Amino acid sequence: MALKLTDLKTEVHNDWCPGCGDFGIEASLKMALTEMPVDINKVALFSGIGCSSKLVHFTNAFGIHTLHGRVLGYAQGAKLANPDLEVIAVGGDGDGLGIGVGHFVHAGRRNIDMAYIIHDNGVYGLTKGQASPTLHLGMQTKSLPEPNINSSINPIMLALASGFTFIARSYAYNTRHLKEMIKKAVAHKGFALIDALQPCPTYNDINTKEWYGGEDRIDPATKRPMPRTYDLESTGYNGRITADMSEDEVDKNLLQVIEKSREWGDKIPIGVFYQNETVPIYEERISERSPIYLKEPPARQQLAKEDGKSVVNLANLSKGLLFESLVLAQ
Amino acid sequence: MLAQTATMKWTAVSVRVPTAPRMNDVTAQSATTRLREAKTVSRAIVKVNDLSWMTGGPQGSGVDSSANIFAGACVLGGLWTFGLREYYSSIKGPHSYFEVRVNGDKIRSHVNNVDVLATFDAETLIRHADEVTSGGGILYDPTFANIEIDRVDTIETPVVLRIKARLAKQGLPGTVTGILDEARKRGVNLFPIQYNDIIAKTAAQIGEHQLSKLSRIVNVLSVSASFAILGFDETYLNQSIERAFASKKKVVDMNEIGAKLAYDAAKTQLKQPFPFQLQPIQNQPRLLLMGVEAVALGKLVGGCRVQTYYPITPAADESEFLESHGNFDISAGNNLSQKGSILVTQTEDEIAAITMATGAALTGARAATSTSGPGFSLMVEGLGWAGMNEVPLVITHYQRGGPATGQPTRHEQGDLKFILSAAHGEFPRIVLCSGDMEESFYDAIRIFNYAERFQMPSIHLIDKGLANNSMTISPPKADLVPIQRGKLIQGDHQGNGNGEPYRRFAFTEDGVSPRAVLGMPGYRFWNTGDEHDEMGHIEEDPDNRVKMMTKRMTKLETSAKEIPEDEKFNFFRSSKKQADVTIVSWGSTKGPILDAMKLLERDGIGVEFLQIRLVSPFPTETVKQKLAGAKLVVGIEQNYSGQMAAVIAEKTMIDVKNKIVKFNGRPMSQDEIYQSVKQVISNPAQNRRVVLTHGA
Ligand SMILES: Cc1ncc(C[n+]2csc(CCOP(=O)(O)OP(=O)(O)O)c2C)c(N)n1
Ligand code: SF4
Ligand SMILES: [Mg+2]
Repeated sequence: MALKLTDLKTEVHNDWCPGCGDFGIEASLKMALTEMPVDINKVALFSGIGCSSKLVHFTNAFGIHTLHGRVLGYAQGAKLANPDLEVIAVGGDGDGLGIGVGHFVHAGRRNIDMAYIIHDNGVYGLTKGQASPTLHLGMQTKSLPEPNINSSINPIMLALASGFTFIARSYAYNTRHLKEMIKKAVAHKGFALIDALQPCPTYNDINTKEWYGGEDRIDPATKRPMPRTYDLESTGYNGRITADMSEDEVDKNLLQVIEKSREWGDKIPIGVFYQNETVPIYEERISERSPIYLKEPPARQQLAKEDGKSVVNLANLSKGLLFESLVLAQ
Repeated sequence: MLAQTATMKWTAVSVRVPTAPRMNDVTAQSATTRLREAKTVSRAIVKVNDLSWMTGGPQGSGVDSSANIFAGACVLGGLWTFGLREYYSSIKGPHSYFEVRVNGDKIRSHVNNVDVLATFDAETLIRHADEVTSGGGILYDPTFANIEIDRVDTIETPVVLRIKARLAKQGLPGTVTGILDEARKRGVNLFPIQYNDIIAKTAAQIGEHQLSKLSRIVNVLSVSASFAILGFDETYLNQSIERAFASKKKVVDMNEIGAKLAYDAAKTQLKQPFPFQLQPIQNQPRLLLMGVEAVALGKLVGGCRVQTYYPITPAADESEFLESHGNFDISAGNNLSQKGSILVTQTEDEIAAITMATGAALTGARAATSTSGPGFSLMVEGLGWAGMNEVPLVITHYQRGGPATGQPTRHEQGDLKFILSAAHGEFPRIVLCSGDMEESFYDAIRIFNYAERFQMPSIHLIDKGLANNSMTISPPKADLVPIQRGKLIQGDHQGNGNGEPYRRFAFTEDGVSPRAVLGMPGYRFWNTGDEHDEMGHIEEDPDNRVKMMTKRMTKLETSAKEIPEDEKFNFFRSSKKQADVTIVSWGSTKGPILDAMKLLERDGIGVEFLQIRLVSPFPTETVKQKLAGAKLVVGIEQNYSGQMAAVIAEKTMIDVKNKIVKFNGRPMSQDEIYQSVKQVISNPAQNRRVVLTHGA
């Protein structure tokens, strides 16, 4: 039975502000889930803390709403214990790039097969609009008493440096595009990041829907706004790394990612910046140590016999510590 | 029950009277009385299978491996051992030492005195010679004789000054010779071993021209020389060497050849039998292991299949053991390979460690993380989340000296109150403290049972002494503690049958709700760190809050009711009917207390010992009952303030007025407990606090 959008609804009252970009991300995720060949019973959504992280309560799938900045810890732990789960993590930019940035970097090193969507709104929504790590230096959004004194993190470049093997950006109100990015991220074999640009109409009065939409930039010819986002694919960009590429070709590609990730302002690229499936995923690395891992992952191992007695052969296990006494003839 | 068993052989009765605690060393007494107060073991008396042996050296020079080879040989000879391991928080250079006590009967602690000091560097000699019993022996390198004490730059200045002053008072030079003369004057037997000659001869025999390649065998030479004077057959040492270097034929050869030469060199120096002897006895196969290994074995038997950790002393050794035993045999599994495996993941920090383990636990895997003080401090927020979401998460916490980095490699029981109350807000938790190797093993299984049955974070509390000390024990039984998974919904159910949606946090009488895991069809659920409804969705309704808080806290009462009494505490009594003193303690002080009880009983003192194991939920009624009628209660613990005494006061309103505490970073010895308990009995006072200070 095909999954319908209505199947993914919960009874929980949605308390996001009217016009919040989170609605677009929620809709895109749900559409993606209905269009993907996934068993919804195996889907586990994880989130951190922030406005965005409430998303899991609005979605009828296993939903684990965790701690501020720690979503990747919980999500990775679950995925490793049961690799059959389809794990998708979501959270705010403060969550993932501020308090949780250490986990972000190290998730790249592991390359576990899962997807992570950052709701990038430039502010700490839930704590009333302080600057998030992606807000640019000198910007003064609505509730900042002074302009932002810190430089911003570039999530695309940080992800690349950290070893993420799928790096994409999309925009909350381009649900068709975001949905496609989510499908690609989930299908990708490895750790996949989507930097989802998300207007926060309540606190970010700079990067608004109108701003992204280019309503301040009317094309004199068409008399229509010129959106600031543009699709990388439409320019012939291809960020894919393949096994047959030479070192030079790989280098060229990586430089291209950096170059594109630096575009901001009047031209903001969206789409897949980088994809590399030649890096072994963590699950494969574990399998090399423990051949039974994928067949008998931690969540599915039999621990005890019918009578509750442990199945472990303690005698074999403790062989290295066992000493037979060898009394010599006196 | 505490009487000496028949395996202990005494050719003449000679009761060891332990030395006074070190603190007396600083009082101004005459040089002779101030020195070791140990009774001289007279030449005619030979003590069989009852001694303590010590080796030491710069960290990284093979101190641990030589002590393990020594202990291994003893165990192969049917004997029992207890090993005290002390080391600095650095990798190479500073002094570490390892004391191995050997006995014909099971022993559980170390003693103050050293009977044989096996040295291969000057520092060990300088630091520990004064601990050697009169009549005992010192093995040393005679080429060190002229080394001046203040030239050994790894010895702290106050220690140098103390030793030099001690020697000066006796008119002795501040050199190794002075140290040796002092020992000789006290009746200590000195055995110079020409290590360099032996190494050169060994090199010649195996045809190795580079002597430096053989320098590492020096510690085995000192072990072998020790066995020579102790009259213990070389075969056991050779077997032990073969086990230790199993796969390296060449290393085995050089060690065995050197060992033979050292054995002969020491033996020829014996003019009369050495007063301490080791004799092999027949015995069952036994394990020689450290606390971290006991915990690791228990975890695997107990079904732990995910362990996360961030490296920290002394906890990391446990994870490393697990990782090196990551694939293991199972006997009745549902898979054809008959193999099980544990996933051990080193994380970026302890926050990742606790959150990953919690995520893993949500899938139904038994998952744990293992840490020490600073790491647990970082985990605290995650602990609260697990409490709020009723996750069966296991944390193994190894206490070490605090606060902050504290004394990273030293022993303390200073985290009890922190562990009991860590994290904001109120939620139930299990806290179980093990006292010895066997308990560490079985408790490592039980803690998973508690975590799953009562659906709460559960902390297995160990301390550095227990973690790093080694001991000979009979193999524990894999099936003594069955695996109990509580209300875990098992099998591939399609829905929960009654058409109602599944409620992860359903209100129940005992507070425990049927637990589904991620990926289980028909059992969708939500978790959140916010207060939530039965489904797991955020809910701020005040009535729901009261019900949910009550539900969670009820589980603590449920666990208190369901956990059997004998898993909550141990109560030991010596055979004398009326107890003169009731000791209350927890953790690894169990060993020295039990050993001290034997000595106290020999002196006609009746002793009871209440060892508290489960601290949350606290066995209030039992503790009340055991302590209320006691003649004299003495609390013994390794922290400054008497944390367990404070918990007892909070729970039972009983004031433990006499306390014996120690917080110098070194575990209590049998002798210290014996002496200090006698001291308290002879003069019980209100609010007495005896501070123990033994240990280098
Ligand atoms: C350890 C901790 N510190 C602070 C907070 C308070 N807090 C809640 S949400 C939030 C920031 C949310 O910002 P972001 O992650 O960008 O999510 P958004 O609300 O913008 O979606 C903070 C700081 C917390 N919950 N936990
Ligand atoms: S504060 Fe901003 S991010 Fe949060 S719900 Fe409102 S609009 Fe959305
Ligand atoms: Mg934000």
